Amino acid sequence: MSDSGQARPKVGLFVTCLVDLFRPQVGFAAVKLIEEAGCDVDVPMAQTCCGQPAYNSGDSADARDIAQATIRAFEGFDYVVAPSGSCAGMLKKHYPQLFADDPDWRARAEAFSVRVHELVSFLTDIMGLDAVAAAHPATATYHDSCSGLRELGIAAQPRALLASVEGLTLKEMRDPDVCCGFGGTFCVKYSDISNAIVEKKTQTIEASGAELLLAGDLGCLMNMAGKLKRQGSAIEARHVAEVLAGMTDTAPIGGKG
Amino acid sequence: MEVTSPTFKQNAVHALHDAQLQKALGNVRAGFIDKRRKAADALPEFDALRDAARDIKDHTLAHLDLYLEAYEQKVTDSGGHVHWAETAEDARRIVLDICRMQNARTVTKGKSMITEEIALNDFLQLAGIKAVETDLGEYIIQLRNEHPSHIIAPAVHVNKDQVEADFRRVHDYLPDDRDLTEPETLLDEARRVLRAQYFEAEVGITGANFLVAETGSSVIVTNEGNGDLTQLLPRVHIVIASIEKIVPTLNDVSQILRVLARSATGQDMSVYTTLSTGPRRKGDPDGPEQYHVILLDNGRTSMLGTEFQDMLRCIRCGACMNHCPVYHAVGGHAYGWVYPGPMGAVLTPSLIGVDKGGHLPNASTFCGRCESVCPMRIPLPKMMRHWREREFERGLNPATQRYGLKIWAAFAKRPRLYNFVTSMAIPLLALFGGRKKRFSFLPLAGGWTRHRDLPAPESRTFMQQWRERESGKQRAAA
Amino acid sequence: MSARDAIMGKLRKTLGAGADDATRRETVAKRLAKPPKGIVPERGQGSDAHKVKLFCQMAEAVAASVTRVRSPERVPKTVSDYLRAKNLPASVRMGADRRLKAMPWDKLKSLELKYGPSDGFDEVGVSHAFAGIAETGTVALLSGKDNPSTVNFLPEHHIVVVDAKDIAGDLETVLSGLRRKFGKGGMPRTLNFVTGPSRSGDIEQKIILGAHGPRALHLIVVG
Repeated sequence: MSDSGQARPKVGLFVTCLVDLFRPQVGFAAVKLIEEAGCDVDVPMAQTCCGQPAYNSGDSADARDIAQATIRAFEGFDYVVAPSGSCAGMLKKHYPQLFADDPDWRARAEAFSVRVHELVSFLTDIMGLDAVAAAHPATATYHDSCSGLRELGIAAQPRALLASVEGLTLKEMRDPDVCCGFGGTFCVKYSDISNAIVEKKTQTIEASGAELLLAGDLGCLMNMAGKLKRQGSAIEARHVAEVLAGMTDTAPIGGKG
Repeated sequence: MEVTSPTFKQNAVHALHDAQLQKALGNVRAGFIDKRRKAADALPEFDALRDAARDIKDHTLAHLDLYLEAYEQKVTDSGGHVHWAETAEDARRIVLDICRMQNARTVTKGKSMITEEIALNDFLQLAGIKAVETDLGEYIIQLRNEHPSHIIAPAVHVNKDQVEADFRRVHDYLPDDRDLTEPETLLDEARRVLRAQYFEAEVGITGANFLVAETGSSVIVTNEGNGDLTQLLPRVHIVIASIEKIVPTLNDVSQILRVLARSATGQDMSVYTTLSTGPRRKGDPDGPEQYHVILLDNGRTSMLGTEFQDMLRCIRCGACMNHCPVYHAVGGHAYGWVYPGPMGAVLTPSLIGVDKGGHLPNASTFCGRCESVCPMRIPLPKMMRHWREREFERGLNPATQRYGLKIWAAFAKRPRLYNFVTSMAIPLLALFGGRKKRFSFLPLAGGWTRHRDLPAPESRTFMQQWRERESGKQRAAA
Repeated sequence: MSARDAIMGKLRKTLGAGADDATRRETVAKRLAKPPKGIVPERGQGSDAHKVKLFCQMAEAVAASVTRVRSPERVPKTVSDYLRAKNLPASVRMGADRRLKAMPWDKLKSLELKYGPSDGFDEVGVSHAFAGIAETGTVALLSGKDNPSTVNFLPEHHIVVVDAKDIAGDLETVLSGLRRKFGKGGMPRTLNFVTGPSRSGDIEQKIILGAHGPRALHLIVVG
């Protein structure tokens, strides 16, 4: 029910495959945050993955097919929002490039891309949110996921909203902008190198003194949480949306302890 | 040199277990990044200069034939000789011919990646000519019979104790009590030895950071001064440069210089920027009597006009590798040829073939830090992806990867089927994840679970739960 | 086919040269005739006093030392003071540059002056700069019959005299000055831009001064 005369913006949630399969509550947290920011949310059933695994493996034909299906599935929404900088970056920055040789689809992809936003930056930059009504007493450290940071310029927005979470203290790790070594299929294709990179990352996370690791991308979080758990660390990992939405009753990523 | 890029994975594992190397790589992380950031932050025009630098090179590449013509004319006018070489072999042959004409026995060399690319030292050695590297880092690795592991800090993988051992092995006249324990004393020893070489050499060979069409000048940018002594003292100076080193005017040099040193070492300007134009002139008290320029193609014309053209803007500053998590993990030698890091990952397949260099553009997380610091705004990840496309088109990647990808894509393109299958599989996986909510081992996921646990799915898929929630809402509303 | 023709042929084919060659040639000729100014940092702009001050600051920041003197007559004494302070022999190498020659060196009886190129056995070399560049603390040195380039690299200590009036805010101004001096497209054989003393960071990334060139760079700003 809207109390103003203005229609609430219609937002299509791009769930992302990892959230869909591994951590649905990030999706529900996103829905809650977007609704509370004054939008109506729907989730088109005809979505799967953004197509990055194909795109980054050189399989442009499949990536294009998936992109077309995604663009079709999200027609009619004012905004398309994804709880991931990486997937949002794919939709926003790379879909148009996929159709460099196809003017019709290129135009469609470009029209689509301007409506696409990563969740947290959507809340702050588009909906003008500067605080959330959540509480989570913990000392947290925030990792800047690469695509969100460098393709979409997301760095200040999550920190600003996290600062409004009651009881939460943010302690920066050294080099929060350095890659965690996930890299999609990279982490299994070059698992030894990926491991060396994530080992450096978990060292800096541990050294920050935080008890909670936050980030905006589930891929990076699963990688870092998986390494922390393998190392026997007590540091818990959550998607930033869970904390902002006050949905922290469930077990952290990769479990406790 | 032997190409070991095809065994990149094994090279990487080897590097990851090399404790000394790992310690040395810490210097890259610690040294270059902060210095670059400080220098860039101190110049408000830095990013605008990056745009300008990019535009200069794009303009030059679009008129490369004409600028080369203009440059050649200017060099000839100033009394120099221009030689053209299509391949590495042609370039080596031209160098050898010039050396033979001089009866040269010793050749000094300034630091030059292009001579690494054409493997000049080994060739001259076989022809009975001693080639002496004079850059401290290059000298060290020449003693070690190695190749540079970094394009501006060739010996970054070596520590001072190793340098001492190498000096004692090769400079066998050194008394045991001579102190060589610190970088300062090691540098003094190298300075003393190399001083003599500059005067002994009949020919000095340098690369070029730029060739200037306006004036016919070759430009070298260095900190040690070795490049200058190399081109100043011998009778003959040979410049070897690939054709894309051309810039139109001195002003264009100035624009790019402002981003070069800042990106490379965090200096506002390198210590020595020297423009050489032709041989010694009438009345000049010093300088070489002959000045030769070898303009080398070696694959550049084949990159022009393709999706890899932007790579021809590269000014070899090394910022991409200084900021690369993969380079930080494995160092330069693992890449297996001359050029390491992100710029090498793009250039190597262009120059030696994607069949040999294919691992390199794949071994990237696409974190984008290289592109974000590249002074010439080269879209390195994008070009690595182009190489992956070429590999995929040619069926060069492993069959298991291709089939896996095709099966996954078949599902991803059919949302109903995808949602059905995942709604069956995920709850099972969640169940197996148990109370710990993670796997320390999972069949077919060894690439992941060898090094880290795999967080288990929470319960059922989001799509499943959302559908139920929405149909629940509809029932309630009815 | 010569290598030149082969390379040029490939280039011209890829670049689509031919049909619109007249336009391309005109574009190139224009740029060469009138080099674009480009982006010039604000840092070096301002009054002459600002430029000189910035020049000194930037030079000191890269480990050069700087002395300012009021007139050329004071240079020999400043050089001799430098030698004494550094405990160096009273002997300097320099070119026959007329600006240097006009200075009253003969007043310093004990100072040995050696003219001509360096043979590698000189402790101290003295040069006169064509210009200074404030934005980076750089000096520009030109080769010529009275200005051997070896003096810039072989001595252990390099002393460079630069006139305050020749200190420009930016590199572009110095390049314009070169074009005026040598004509469009003209250059001295060697143009050295020197920014601080020689250094290397090649061993464990530790910066050490005095790699192959001078260990120390001393600038004397006149005026």
